[in-house]
Amino acid sequence: MRKKYKFPYFYLAFISILMYLPFLVVVVFSFNESKLPTIFTNFSFKWYKELFYNKRLLESLLNSFLLGIFSTLASAVIGTIGAVGLAKTHYKLNKPVSYIATLPMMIPEIILAMVFLAFFSLLSLPFGFVTLLIAHTAFCVPYILIMVSSTINTLDKELEEAARDLGASRRRAFIDIILPLLFPSILSGSILAFAMSLDDVVISVFVNSPYFVTLPVRVYTQLKTGVTPEINALCTIMLIICLIGITIYYILSNKKEKHKHD
Amino acid sequence: MKKRNPYLFAILPLYIFTFLFILGPIIYMVVISFLTNHGSLGYSWDFTFANYIKLFDKVYFRTFTKSLSIAFFSTLLTIIIGYPFGFWMSGLSAKGRKLMMLSLVLPFGINSLIRLYGWIIILQSKGILNNVLLSLHIIKEPLKILYSYPAVLIGMVYALLPFMIFSIYSSAVKLDLSLLDAARDLGANRVITFLTVSFPLTLPGLFAGIILTFVPSMGLFFIADILGGNKVVLVGSLIQDQMTRGSNWPFAAAIAVALTLITSVLLYFNKIISAKDGGQ
Repeated sequence: MRKKYKFPYFYLAFISILMYLPFLVVVVFSFNESKLPTIFTNFSFKWYKELFYNKRLLESLLNSFLLGIFSTLASAVIGTIGAVGLAKTHYKLNKPVSYIATLPMMIPEIILAMVFLAFFSLLSLPFGFVTLLIAHTAFCVPYILIMVSSTINTLDKELEEAARDLGASRRRAFIDIILPLLFPSILSGSILAFAMSLDDVVISVFVNSPYFVTLPVRVYTQLKTGVTPEINALCTIMLIICLIGITIYYILSNKKEKHKHD
Repeated sequence: MKKRNPYLFAILPLYIFTFLFILGPIIYMVVISFLTNHGSLGYSWDFTFANYIKLFDKVYFRTFTKSLSIAFFSTLLTIIIGYPFGFWMSGLSAKGRKLMMLSLVLPFGINSLIRLYGWIIILQSKGILNNVLLSLHIIKEPLKILYSYPAVLIGMVYALLPFMIFSIYSSAVKLDLSLLDAARDLGANRVITFLTVSFPLTLPGLFAGIILTFVPSMGLFFIADILGGNKVVLVGSLIQDQMTRGSNWPFAAAIAVALTLITSVLLYFNKIISAKDGGQ
């Protein structure tokens, strides 16, 4: 038996607490009556009520969700069929294209941001939802492409061949056999992509318009001019939603594993 | 005659999107970096190297070196904090690992700016940290951490630490425990075992982590902006400034090209190192 040392556990716990400290602070001050986040005066739900009436903040939250959903969908389609196509064809350009497609993950975001700003101006695209959608799709595609590509090579080729032998058209075989097998990786890639889109500041600041402001951009401008405590309340709500989601995922995946062991 | 590949339609969207919206803009950036700037009037199609020569101006060159040093120190700190974390995390039970993983992922669901805001509340001069330190009589006057270099460093490390932990963890969890047992059986103590067996085997993870933290840390202008006030200017802030207020796009493009080159060199080294590692 390996000897058990306590220190690693303390260390893991300590750093984890430090990582959650900023959240804790935000959550605590979301219930603070005073507007200033320095001293906790009185417990109140005031800022949650204010949040409900803060149209601009809620609107930007909705914008962020819309943008996240559409860019995730677009990148899931492009990324998934692209990954399948790359695996099934042998064009000379396949390798360079898959490399270039994953570039947005590797180069600093700020460069991508300025490149898009310059390019969209060159095309004289109106800044707003469309430009944001293109830019977000661009940095979401790599997540899906990488996730799907990594599983597609491990798939059993005979399954597809069997389906074809039994008379399924190529499209049928793709929809009924390949797609369901790829689904877990498409889903995990999409979740990552959605999270990235929801959280993006750098690129969105460059290619947005005053008529379509996403939540991170709104928070960014507020942080520079003066934050209102509604943001604390909003963050607390988002944290709770996220916590619920992760708990459900944890319970479900535990159940699945138990099934496997039975 | 060769039959047309039915999967052509599958890759077409990826090809078009990649060429039009990724390669196109990047090429355009390289092109404008050689054009002549006319201030607020925009730029004209006259070929010049002036934008690149301007990079070596004292002011701008110092931004580059400063930015590199911030990137270096924040990467170093994430290694110091993140390596033990990822390494020890891999030693937890399967359940513990999963729980730890989820607790690391959870913050990603929250806006990174709101996380920064939490740090503002903690670090400001009348903030929590100062209140605690003052009441414990550790300091007599409130520390001015917010809007300074250390604050930016804290923000960077905080934002990038999970990436380092993930990389270290993913290579540490693959460690063959029988190798460690063998080393111990042959008389090596814990330190020697770590240095000669575990550490070399987690190097690929470490390098991946370095790339994942070093590369973004030069561009995260909003962290420097929010936690550093105007005192800390990163390459990223410089690009943003030249694109918006300075309205000197060719120069911004030249800075971006230089930054891309630095990044590519790093990625290239990483590739060599990981290739070497795989070959052994």
